[in-house]
Amino acid sequence: MSEILIQTLVSGLLIGLIYALVAIGLTMIFGVMDIINFSHGEFLMFGMYSSFWMYSLYALDPMFTLPLTALFLFALGVVIYKLVISKITNAPMVSQIFTTFGLMLLFRGIAQFLWKPDFRTIEKSMVSGSFSLAGIQVGAPQLTAGIGAILVTVGVYLFITKTRLGAALEATAADKEAARLMGIDSQKMFALAWGIGAACAGVAGGLLSTFFPIFPDVGANFILIAFVVVNLGGFGSIVGALIAGILVGVIEVMGGFLLGPQYKLAIVLVLFLAVLMFRPQGLMGKA
Amino acid sequence: MSIKTMFTRLVQAGAAMAISVSAYAQQEIRIGVIYPLTGAAASSGAEMKSALELAADIINNGAKSVPALPFSAGGGVPNLKGAKIKLVFADHQGNPQVGATETERLITQEKVVAIVGAYSSNVTATSSQVAERYKIPYINPESSSASLTQRNFKWFFRTTAHDDLFVHNFFDFFKELEAKKGIKVKKLAAFNENTLWGNETTKLEVKLAGEKGYDLAKAISYPAKGTQLTSEVQLLKAAAPQVVMQSSYLGDAIMAMKTYKELGFSPDMILANNAGFTDTEFIRTLGKDADYVITRDVWALDLAKNNPLIKQVNDLFFERNKINFTGNSSRTFTGLMTLVDAINRAGSTEPEAIRKALTETDIPGQKIIMPWKGIKFDDKGQNIYGSGILVQIIDGKYNTIWPFDLATRDVVWPMPKWDQRK
Repeated sequence: MSEILIQTLVSGLLIGLIYALVAIGLTMIFGVMDIINFSHGEFLMFGMYSSFWMYSLYALDPMFTLPLTALFLFALGVVIYKLVISKITNAPMVSQIFTTFGLMLLFRGIAQFLWKPDFRTIEKSMVSGSFSLAGIQVGAPQLTAGIGAILVTVGVYLFITKTRLGAALEATAADKEAARLMGIDSQKMFALAWGIGAACAGVAGGLLSTFFPIFPDVGANFILIAFVVVNLGGFGSIVGALIAGILVGVIEVMGGFLLGPQYKLAIVLVLFLAVLMFRPQGLMGKA
Repeated sequence: MSIKTMFTRLVQAGAAMAISVSAYAQQEIRIGVIYPLTGAAASSGAEMKSALELAADIINNGAKSVPALPFSAGGGVPNLKGAKIKLVFADHQGNPQVGATETERLITQEKVVAIVGAYSSNVTATSSQVAERYKIPYINPESSSASLTQRNFKWFFRTTAHDDLFVHNFFDFFKELEAKKGIKVKKLAAFNENTLWGNETTKLEVKLAGEKGYDLAKAISYPAKGTQLTSEVQLLKAAAPQVVMQSSYLGDAIMAMKTYKELGFSPDMILANNAGFTDTEFIRTLGKDADYVITRDVWALDLAKNNPLIKQVNDLFFERNKINFTGNSSRTFTGLMTLVDAINRAGSTEPEAIRKALTETDIPGQKIIMPWKGIKFDDKGQNIYGSGILVQIIDGKYNTIWPFDLATRDVVWPMPKWDQRK
């Protein structure tokens, strides 16, 4: 029995790391600009398709094309910011919500139009199969994805805390008027936040593509959980998103195993409600 | 050209004209057919439309290559002085409201004598209600929701088996597996998605397992649109069933198979309930990992081995459309043939006479292209002989393995464990 529990814990941990990576992009954009990006799941979807096409057209493994996917999604994030989001930075919140929601529908529609609603998968990645570690089965793609998620998270964290650009980003997040007075170009910082946010989702998509089916609506499967993670961790907090992502993954899988899979999302959402009621700023958020 | 041949040609032309003139004088039987010709299910709709056109063409103009098929002599419906079948098409777009209004239009404006439709269970529900109100016979060849024939309609007839019967088939299969192959199945698990279809299936599986003395070790419902199935598969693994009965759509079917492999879960058999497991993408995506799964289906081309009619009619269909029959189009074809059989026996186009003839339908299995014992309706309009087949994936192809007398390949049991596969 204990072996199965450890196995469940490991599986929960690995999927939790992916949740964290998706959520970090979301929390970043929110933290810097106070905009909730409903089309975030679609960035993840584009990341998956980017890996898929480079795999199926040029036989490049998703692991090698991960940097390209990140770069492509970074560019996409910046372009979307320049073309659309920059026009609504000072608009009422409802307009902002509808704009990103509209982008979500548009992106799904584009993907369906260009690539058909078919399910696609990457059959033979360099990371495939599973291995046994002291009786615990670990899927190679899942493990790789988990490690990748940790590396990217640490990378983003270091970028924010250790570089001048990161400090400027954080200053904009803290107070964009004051930051502007200090000579920080807030437009550039916003674009950067969108770029990094989209790239995080893209990398998550690239990592997922080795073991998750790829289809136009795939973002929907992840976005609800990403919102829970962002809220639980505290809006704008990267460390919070990491901890919350792992927590949600483990609770979902363990709760599903112990109480019944039909409750697994319910358990996560009850936790979410409890956090909203007793600690609305989230685990790591500032009151 | 000699005078003689010219004369012969003239006589032939005259005869041909005379025949076509008399054809015009003949009565026409207007049958309304309602299918999704646009919208998300349009590609299925187009296939079924082609099947109906083939059936009508065989009845009206004959087909020499299928002598065993009823009405293949051509020349229309014999007992109605060779009246021709005229199909009047309507498009329900997959929308239950449109289905109802289009059915009303077919009946009141197009004056059809009977209706065939409508593929999607929810549209069949609304459109058959309209037919019931107007007292027009309604043939449903392919909707599978069990509730459709639990409404006590007088004018509704379904030729296909429904979801409940398919679940019964699973247990028939276990019983025969023990009797004929000496394979004893005892410990089961139900693993189904949690919308209406999956939940109804779970309920019935739990009930039947209890009644028939099987040990249902675990019944799991899961959300089809999740991000992982780890806890579900862990629970299955802990329960260690011999057979997992599974109802999944495509995405979750693929995810489940991958998780089985990842966590090394190897039951003796995965017995799937159609849907995701019969989608063309399933095998393409999983490759060799899809092998050995058994799934329920309604039709397979390899059934032709036991019933030559299947290949002959399929050849005609292929010639016209460059595709083979599917479980849908073969059933639609059979639905229209069943209706025409009743109209012929009624010798009338009066709705009440057709309805009465339908209730007396008794078509033997050799006269249809389905793997059924035949067609005969109970008082609720359900074909009591309708059944499914089980196919097993071997080397990336579906092979009929049950009913055993129709099997084209012996069942491979148990499926090899993941770590023992090549």
